[in-house]
Amino acid sequence: MQDTENKTLQIRLLKRMLLIRRFEEAAARMYGLRKIGGFCHLYIGQEAAAVGVIETLDMKKDYVLTAYRDHGTAIACGMECGPLMAELYGKESGCSRGKGGSMHFFDRKRHFFGGNGIVGAHIPLAAGVGMAVRHRKSGGCAVCFFGDGAIHQGSFHETLNMAKIWNLPVLYICENNRYGMGTDYRRVSSVTDFKAAGASYGIESFSANGMDVLEVCGITAGIIKKMRSENTPAFLELKTYRYKGHSMSDPARYRSREELDHFRDQDPIVMLRASMEKDGYINEEQFKKIDAEVKKVVDDSLAFAEESAQPSPGSLYEDILA
Amino acid sequence: MAVITFREALRQAIDEEMERDGDVIILGEEVAQYNGAYKVTQGLLEKYGEKRVIDTPISEEGFTGIGIGAAMAGLRPVVEWMTFNFSLQALDQVYNNAAKMRYMSGGQFSVPVVFRGPNGPAEFLAAQHSQALQSIYCHCPGLLVMAPSTPADAKGMLKTAIRNNNPVVFLESELMYGLRGEVPEKEYLIPFGSADIKRYGTDVTIITFSKPVKMALDAATELSKNGIEAEVIDLRSLRPLDEQTIYNSVKKTNRCVVVDEAWPYASVGSHVAFLVSSICFDYMDAPIQLVCGEDVPMPYNHELELAAQPSAAKIVEAVRGIVSN
Repeated sequence: MQDTENKTLQIRLLKRMLLIRRFEEAAARMYGLRKIGGFCHLYIGQEAAAVGVIETLDMKKDYVLTAYRDHGTAIACGMECGPLMAELYGKESGCSRGKGGSMHFFDRKRHFFGGNGIVGAHIPLAAGVGMAVRHRKSGGCAVCFFGDGAIHQGSFHETLNMAKIWNLPVLYICENNRYGMGTDYRRVSSVTDFKAAGASYGIESFSANGMDVLEVCGITAGIIKKMRSENTPAFLELKTYRYKGHSMSDPARYRSREELDHFRDQDPIVMLRASMEKDGYINEEQFKKIDAEVKKVVDDSLAFAEESAQPSPGSLYEDILA
Repeated sequence: MAVITFREALRQAIDEEMERDGDVIILGEEVAQYNGAYKVTQGLLEKYGEKRVIDTPISEEGFTGIGIGAAMAGLRPVVEWMTFNFSLQALDQVYNNAAKMRYMSGGQFSVPVVFRGPNGPAEFLAAQHSQALQSIYCHCPGLLVMAPSTPADAKGMLKTAIRNNNPVVFLESELMYGLRGEVPEKEYLIPFGSADIKRYGTDVTIITFSKPVKMALDAATELSKNGIEAEVIDLRSLRPLDEQTIYNSVKKTNRCVVVDEAWPYASVGSHVAFLVSSICFDYMDAPIQLVCGEDVPMPYNHELELAAQPSAAKIVEAVRGIVSN
């Protein structure tokens, strides 16, 4: 029984991570073809973080917020690829009607609250969501992803202080992918153990290998359970890595080939697949089948985006005020 | 009608809306135990408790963002800034989150939050604590902006602001909190986009808002002694503007003086002057005048700080410059 549950869970995690990977690869291709413009921050390499964390949530009552590297997080929250790809294309059928683009995916009904383009600006928003959740006594919590670059913003420090003095149900997750744009986090952090930043506000703080989706799932499930019973905020650093540049315009020359290879050896999808093969949960043929299914979903999303209409000129003036 | 102070009128508005809707909360520095830096929130903690009347640390960016996030998730927060001078710490949250959330999500979110506190010059406070910052907030689409000039307007407008589903910037004035005026006993709301003609006249239209409304009325009284009858329009709602009331008046008087405490460059005053010149061009008998804050930081010295601001005397002078009698 335990084995069947594990297998089902791991297949779900694998499928979701693969979906993000293939979506991002397609986005990169379409960016190259100029179907997509502007900033485009890919999540490749970091899939285990969003997928592992969101697997442990109850999205009927919990909420997720993230920064501008939001494609993977949106998919992990259950958003469909068609409206996401259409948003990258700037089409009317996009999740934000073509007005947000890559950095501003939103799905209010699925409790995915963005998609925020200003480093650290959504950190207080998550605390506000936590305040509303507590006010309504709905028993949920807010989960806020941000990068190692955001941890030095004032918004992080102001908000963690308030989250603790009011004991708001918010889990703050620093996805430390080692680079704030092109700057190694160690060059700009007086303290490189980010757990200390959470702990300095009296918030229970954890750290985990963000490349290992099962470890992410395990530690997050424990934290969320504790948050629900004790009504406290928490902090989690997930050590992860992005394979691509900061955005599509960044060739990432600031890091070595050796470093990239080192992290590619720990690829979250490769690692999970190897572990599943070892446990007999999956074989090569089954993996290929899952990959083909996922690629089909992504191909369909491209077709949907291609075929969707441009926004009408009049929509320029819509959605400004409620 | 009861005669109450401006601060009491604001307090009644917040109290009535909190009573009416359990999702209305208020947060800011000193709003709860201290009863408000300017005593607007006096007694609310006792009545509604610390879950709805929330003292914050001195973290404007943080608590402003928390108010916005709470609004995105369905509450109706009133965020009190101790003064608008400190709101600059939170400007990113207002501009990039409150004002943009609806647009960049394709209309999915509404953000029913009110940001309020004293704006504009006070006395003896020098450059950092005595600024009129309405131009910054009126500049940004996605925000609504209100600035009342009387206790009655303050109450009806703040109630409207709290019930509105958009982010509202609500400008009060430190020097107006003690101002007394009649306030109706029955509930009333003053909508967005409705200017109020505070005095009727035929010779010149003086357009202003907030604290300078009183200066404009004093100026009109003075001008009347010499047979010049000024019409005084109190804009009340700065975004959206009640353009029709402005144009109707200027087309009647054919002369216009705009008064704004802010600096002249890219201000509400300069924008109103542009609109009038553009729409009422054929009706104008004289160039439009702008009486505004001098283009300098506010000095501490009292004589100098008064010289830096609009006054009834400056308005009289501006009117006399364009009205021959």
